[in-house]
Amino acid sequence: MLNALMGLPPVVVGLIVYIFLSRSGPFGALGLLFTPTAMIIAQVIIIVPLIASIAHQSLRELWAEYHDLLISMNVTQMQKMRTLLWDARRALLTAALAGFGRGIGEVGAIMIVGGNIDNATRVLTTAIALETGKGEFALALALGFILIALALGVNLLIHWIGQTERDSRW
Amino acid sequence: MVMELFPLTLTRAETSRRGKRLVGPVDLHLDGQGLCVVMGPNGAGKTTLLRLMHGTARLTGGSVKWACDTDEARHHQAFVFQRPVVLRRTVEENLTYPLRLRGVARKAAKSAAHKWAERVGLQPHLTRRAMVLSGGEQQKLAIARALITEPALVFLDEPTASLDGRAMREIEAILLQAKADGTRLILSTHDMGQARRIADDVVFILGGMVHETGPAKSFFDAPQTPEARAFLKGDIVE
Repeated sequence: MLNALMGLPPVVVGLIVYIFLSRSGPFGALGLLFTPTAMIIAQVIIIVPLIASIAHQSLRELWAEYHDLLISMNVTQMQKMRTLLWDARRALLTAALAGFGRGIGEVGAIMIVGGNIDNATRVLTTAIALETGKGEFALALALGFILIALALGVNLLIHWIGQTERDSRW
Repeated sequence: MVMELFPLTLTRAETSRRGKRLVGPVDLHLDGQGLCVVMGPNGAGKTTLLRLMHGTARLTGGSVKWACDTDEARHHQAFVFQRPVVLRRTVEENLTYPLRLRGVARKAAKSAAHKWAERVGLQPHLTRRAMVLSGGEQQKLAIARALITEPALVFLDEPTASLDGRAMREIEAILLQAKADGTRLILSTHDMGQARRIADDVVFILGGMVHETGPAKSFFDAPQTPEARAFLKGDIVE
């Protein structure tokens, strides 16, 4: 299920959120369309399956490793959870950063539900799309470099955390 | 504390999985003294018997009774696995873990960890990650972590099965010291040399059934059952 949700095309997510939040949609009365809140909702739908899938996988591996010991120690459910979350903290952070990495580069869904309104719902990616459309390549490129630097920074961080994670295991 | 737990009595105890009986029915009576070795070839049911006594294998028939309440008994036990399970933490954090679970203050837990690390020869590795230790060191850590709560009884499931002779002897020395300190040990092994060296009592298991129990000396000198005689001779027993 998580894996299936991970494969959702962002544009389709944006379209569905748009339909739900539009005036005639079930949540139209909330007036959320073309607001940052709508963009957050779309991003959450896109990112959560990715984060949950990576987190689930690492916690499952850790549980397989610790299972016998924790059962034998007769730990409570709460102690079990605290132990697993603490010892998987690097993997969980990696999951969160992977989600951030995906979110920061997202354009399709937030363009649809945010509307790319100046000073309101315009973000780096949608600004790049707009400036490119206008033929302002210099500005678009400059913004692109900033985005690349951010994405690269996050990826380096993920790589570094992954490294320390491996060091802690081997 | 030992007197609170023992005797341990298994009456027609058995465990099955998917309709296949793994161990039992077993009738066994163990008192609270010394080091008991559960012996038998691979696949005889040693691990399952230990888990059955410890309460981590599901009892599908009969009973396992301690002198005290089962939950209380479990609180005074520890289990060491054949493949050492170490937490993804430092050696010191591994040692303090069971104490912290029991609400021991951080400082007291740390001081106990240092004492035990010294006792098992892991003092120089206290700040290292447990995962980078050798197999023998990891097993010593697992044993120290089991003993740090001063349990009345420790189950050890073939703790030296994958270790070399030196690590094996070092672990045996730790176990004999624990025994001298009053901890009851129940250890499974298929290594006859080890059993001869450290056993006070022997439980011989084969095909999920206990075939013979008694003092180690009489078991090795005059085994009562043909299966035990064959096993001691080194024959293949099934």
